[in-house]
Amino acid sequence: MTAPAQFPAPAPFGGGPQQPQYTSQFAPSFGSQLPVEPTTLGQAVRSEWTKIRTVRSTVWTLSVMLVLVIGINLLVIVPINDDNDPTVPVLAPGLFGLLLGQLAVITLGVLVITSEYGTGMIRTTLTACPKRSRVLTAKAIVFFLLSFVTTTVACTMTALISWSVLSGKTPGGYDLHGDHPGVVIKDGVTSASGTEWLGATIGVGLYVALLGLLALAVGTLLRHSAGAVSAMLGVVLLPLLVAIFLPSGLDTAREKLVKYSAPNSLASLYHFPMIGDGDQNGVPQLIALAVVTAVLLGAAYAALTTRDV
Amino acid sequence: MIQAVGLTKQYGGKTAVYNLSFQVRPGTVTGFLGPNGSGKSTTMRMILGLDEPTSGQVTIGGVPYRQLPNAPRKVGALLDAKAVHGGRSARQHLLCVAQLSGIPARRVDEVLGVVGLQDVAFRRSKGFSLGMGQRLGIAGALLGDPGVLLFDEPVNGLDPEGIHWVRNLMRKLASEGRTVFVSSHLMSEMALTADHLIVIGRGQLLADMSVKDFIAHHSTGYALVRTPAEGSERETFDKALAEAGGTVQAEPDGALRVTGLELPRISDIAYDSGVRLWELSPHQASLEEAYMRLTSGAVDYRSTQDPRRGLQFQQQAQAWGQQPYGPPQPPYGQPQPYGQPGYGQPGHGQQPYGQQPGWGWQPPQGQPQGQPPAALPPQQPPAVPTAPAAPPVPAAPTAPATPALNLDKSDSEDAR
Repeated sequence: MTAPAQFPAPAPFGGGPQQPQYTSQFAPSFGSQLPVEPTTLGQAVRSEWTKIRTVRSTVWTLSVMLVLVIGINLLVIVPINDDNDPTVPVLAPGLFGLLLGQLAVITLGVLVITSEYGTGMIRTTLTACPKRSRVLTAKAIVFFLLSFVTTTVACTMTALISWSVLSGKTPGGYDLHGDHPGVVIKDGVTSASGTEWLGATIGVGLYVALLGLLALAVGTLLRHSAGAVSAMLGVVLLPLLVAIFLPSGLDTAREKLVKYSAPNSLASLYHFPMIGDGDQNGVPQLIALAVVTAVLLGAAYAALTTRDV
Repeated sequence: MIQAVGLTKQYGGKTAVYNLSFQVRPGTVTGFLGPNGSGKSTTMRMILGLDEPTSGQVTIGGVPYRQLPNAPRKVGALLDAKAVHGGRSARQHLLCVAQLSGIPARRVDEVLGVVGLQDVAFRRSKGFSLGMGQRLGIAGALLGDPGVLLFDEPVNGLDPEGIHWVRNLMRKLASEGRTVFVSSHLMSEMALTADHLIVIGRGQLLADMSVKDFIAHHSTGYALVRTPAEGSERETFDKALAEAGGTVQAEPDGALRVTGLELPRISDIAYDSGVRLWELSPHQASLEEAYMRLTSGAVDYRSTQDPRRGLQFQQQAQAWGQQPYGPPQPPYGQPQPYGQPGYGQPGHGQQPYGQQPGWGWQPPQGQPQGQPPAALPPQQPPAVPTAPAAPPVPAAPTAPATPALNLDKSDSEDAR
């Protein structure tokens, strides 16, 4: 291989490679054909609704919740009915399934935001909607409504099942007065009051949806699915566990811990609390959770809007 | 138009971007170049309001990104191909992004067609290849028909057809008057796509100029001269060239790289010195070469040769060569087993992409130009580098050298 015999005219040194020039001397200004309008919260809510209905975790967590709540209700209602035990309020068997079912809702609440962090989708989302607080608001609205509706529907079904099986029974030889203030005896047979119905349907639905919202806030703060789910398990289970091991000098603290723990709060909404006298309806616990959720959601807004993504 | 002023970003104690100021103008494709870890992505994220600058600011059309009333209609961005929830189908993903800014669903189908994903629109994006992911990301960027587009490494993972498509797409978008800002670490790709270059290294601006100016500033043309002359004849010739104002560097394969002299002048000098020439050819340092030279001081992560010492038993280590591995390697300097010419050093290296068909703006060349000093032979694993005293075999396997020219290789070796 030798050098070619003849070259074209010597190229001046310093000349650029022969690449086409695309630089336009005058830059035409670009204008899109479509009209540009400011974005709205409604659009963000629609987008979040599309997001939440198009991932499997939503279907899975909510079906698991439904199966647990209704299935366990059916399981526990059989022995209660067999024993003809009137110390359990008529609608209260729904509690046992919900104790597990709430964990599924919490998981979904966490995943609504952490799955975006885990997959990197959050960068796409916050690029498409740089108003970050709006994204969190839309997520909160969509998730809260979805979890509130599904939980309320599930609990209404369990309440109806429990009612159909356990109401109208004679309390037998039990002396119910004082010990079981949640039990309603009407015209000599077991029944349920209006507030009991409210607590066992909308009340617990609201409580579990609020817990889910708290999980969403925790997920936003921690940005990590496993970490946030663990933290929420702690929130739900630790107060009771800590209360068990508190020394006897701290009885008031123990009482508060038990009273405001998630399981007892749900039980109170069913008028079936673990401790305390009188007819407890769970409203203080509901308010306490709403306050805690509001505080953490506020922290989540602050973190999301100031933090780097 | 994107305008950055004094943009600085620190993560903890580490400064990712420092005092970066630049403008990205409409109607052109602006390439954003830098080695890995030089702050390209951080800068992109600051432009998009994902990261808040430690100081300085960046605006799009005079407005910070987070204050745009409808960002996706103004700015489209491909940040990384996998910023997608894998459980959603391509269409569902684009739909939820579109809904955020009120873009109708039919536009989603439209962009899916534009990027060629209409057949997999209903498949979960989890199963997508990197190239399909890039196409999905580009579709997302195009959704709002924006006037400003940012692409972070858009050709990563794309097949040749896809690379060609992206290249043309960007030029077309720019020709429509849009602002197109493309980051890449492939200088060769930018040479074909970009009109203007912004080069950063270690978070600082290294160059902000047109592609043409970039080459003119950062590389020089040279003439490649081959001569059978040896000994005193050769010395005379070298001297004559130097006297005429040329700078002569010996190539490892025996050729001479002459800068500062026009080709006819070199020919005249050869004639006057009574030296025969076998080759006299004009060469232009490639964009890749210019880029490597510019950023060679700013490379954070540099590879070294694999000594494979950790695998050797002691006996074998003794048997396999006196010098298991050499002094610290210059950046990109040692020929890898693939026999690539070393680049990153002044005066060395041919753009490796120039040797591939299809990149064809580089003048065809028969010889590999680049061999680093103390060149080691291209190796077959698991061979251990031989001692530097051993006669090196200079030719890269990708480009056959002229056998006759190898005769004087030992003379020219280590000449620099």
